[in-house]
Amino acid sequence: MAYKLVERPDLTLAERLYLPAVMKGLSLTLKYFFKRKKFTREYPEEPTTVPEGYRGLPALVTDDEGRTKCVACSMCEWVCPPEAIRIIPGSLEEGNPVEKGPKEFTLDTLRCIFCGLCEEACPEEAIFLTDQYEFCGESREEMIFTMDKLLEIGGTRIKGVKKWKKESDAGFHNKGPIR
Amino acid sequence: MDFWIDDIGWPFIKIFIIANVALMMVALLVWAERRVAALIQDRLGPNRVGPLGLLQPVADVIKLFLKEDLTPGHVNRPFFIIAPALTMMPAIISLAVIPFGASLIIADLDIGILFIFAISSLAVYGITIGGWASNSKYSLLGGIRSTAQMISYEICLGLSVIGVFMLSKSLRLQDVVLMQGDGIWLFGEHYTGIMGKILDWNIFKQPIGFILFMIAGFAETNRTPFDLAEAEQELAAGFHTEFSSMKFALYFLGEYAAMISIGAITVTLYLGGWTFFGLENLGGSFSWLTQILIFAVKLLALQFFFIWVRWTIPRFRYDQLMRLGWQVLLPIGLANILLTGVLKLIFKV
Ligand code: SF4
Ligand code: SF4
Repeated sequence: MAYKLVERPDLTLAERLYLPAVMKGLSLTLKYFFKRKKFTREYPEEPTTVPEGYRGLPALVTDDEGRTKCVACSMCEWVCPPEAIRIIPGSLEEGNPVEKGPKEFTLDTLRCIFCGLCEEACPEEAIFLTDQYEFCGESREEMIFTMDKLLEIGGTRIKGVKKWKKESDAGFHNKGPIR
Repeated sequence: MDFWIDDIGWPFIKIFIIANVALMMVALLVWAERRVAALIQDRLGPNRVGPLGLLQPVADVIKLFLKEDLTPGHVNRPFFIIAPALTMMPAIISLAVIPFGASLIIADLDIGILFIFAISSLAVYGITIGGWASNSKYSLLGGIRSTAQMISYEICLGLSVIGVFMLSKSLRLQDVVLMQGDGIWLFGEHYTGIMGKILDWNIFKQPIGFILFMIAGFAETNRTPFDLAEAEQELAAGFHTEFSSMKFALYFLGEYAAMISIGAITVTLYLGGWTFFGLENLGGSFSWLTQILIFAVKLLALQFFFIWVRWTIPRFRYDQLMRLGWQVLLPIGLANILLTGVLKLIFKV
């Protein structure tokens, strides 16, 4: 046979009366009612910690000498699905081997979906997703982050690709890209 | 002149006090429901607006007022508009015959309880008409369910209180209150000790009636485990799916007002009303304040129980609901009347 008959257990009188079960349930919920430990985290007072690898606000980073690592290759701009990144490139001083840097770099945080593709695409390891999740503003303009702001949030990253540190770069060390 | 003072002046003052206290309680209940629910579920609940979050209802009401009042194009407009008011009104009107104190009763009717049943049966119209006028399948189903449920449980509600009136020999609610708590009569003797007084409350004299009344009361107020009319998981929001803004708020508040009126009836019939073993006379000429406080404390305790049950017991299935109403509660209600009569003869109460 394709089906199997399941024997239903006979209920005792107490079970059929239903009220004892209700009492049991009520005492259980009352126990939880008086339980001191609650799961709620009272957020602004009790800050949450985000796990490692959390994809928060993308930000630009500088190398150990304070130079913008970004070379305005526009890889991130191209890969960004919601087109949150806008770059206006500019050329560096004559003879600088890096040649190119961003004149303007804006990130529209209202469009960004925190996918992390920009970080993945960047050949210079110049853009990273930080653990920042608290950013808000009162207008749309305020939410479009400029390059200065992004650099400030990103801070310095020493490890990884470092295009500037070449012997031939001598003399161009501390200037950074022109704005 | 007496006519103006006794028949117009005082009633208006009483109506003002009672209606306002009732509405304040509704607001408090909304807050309490959310807090208690949260605490039972290991959460904290609204605790930001005002101390302990007590001003949350105020914020809610402001929000509801500012919301857009949407009337869908496919509804039956006149009925759609009056339906929410129809739910709210019966709940508040039934408070008119409930004695909150020795003299704090708006209309001391000889047929108090009949008036309450007559009025509270009307509450179903608000839900049914709302569901029907919304002209959408979920609302209609909610309305129909609610009708069937209310009709089944109304009978049980009526049967369960008959025992009380067999004991009090009067339908006046004030008489029912005064009969309780002054000592129990057994075999022609009057026991006025503290035990005798406590046992004189109808909850002890009519335990089966009390349980039946509570169950039917839950069904009457459309609350879990009998909130078939809403049943979010099956019916979106049931009868009030299409309502928004203050129309929705009226339904929402109507539910809590109904809770208060059922609670007030329970306190009056089974828990000694505004009396508390002599404590009600405290305060001399301000004893009415003591009495209303006693009543409020009892009422709030009962409301806590309502909320507590809501967050404990899952909803009945529709067929279970009907079977419980007609095959279990109705016979028990009838048996309770018989039992009361027999015991009354034996114990000569
Ligand atoms: S995280 Fe994604 S959406 Fe945001 S800027 Fe980078 S690529 Fe664009
Ligand atoms: S951040 Fe990286 S990918 Fe984007 S323009 Fe700069 S170097 Fe290129």
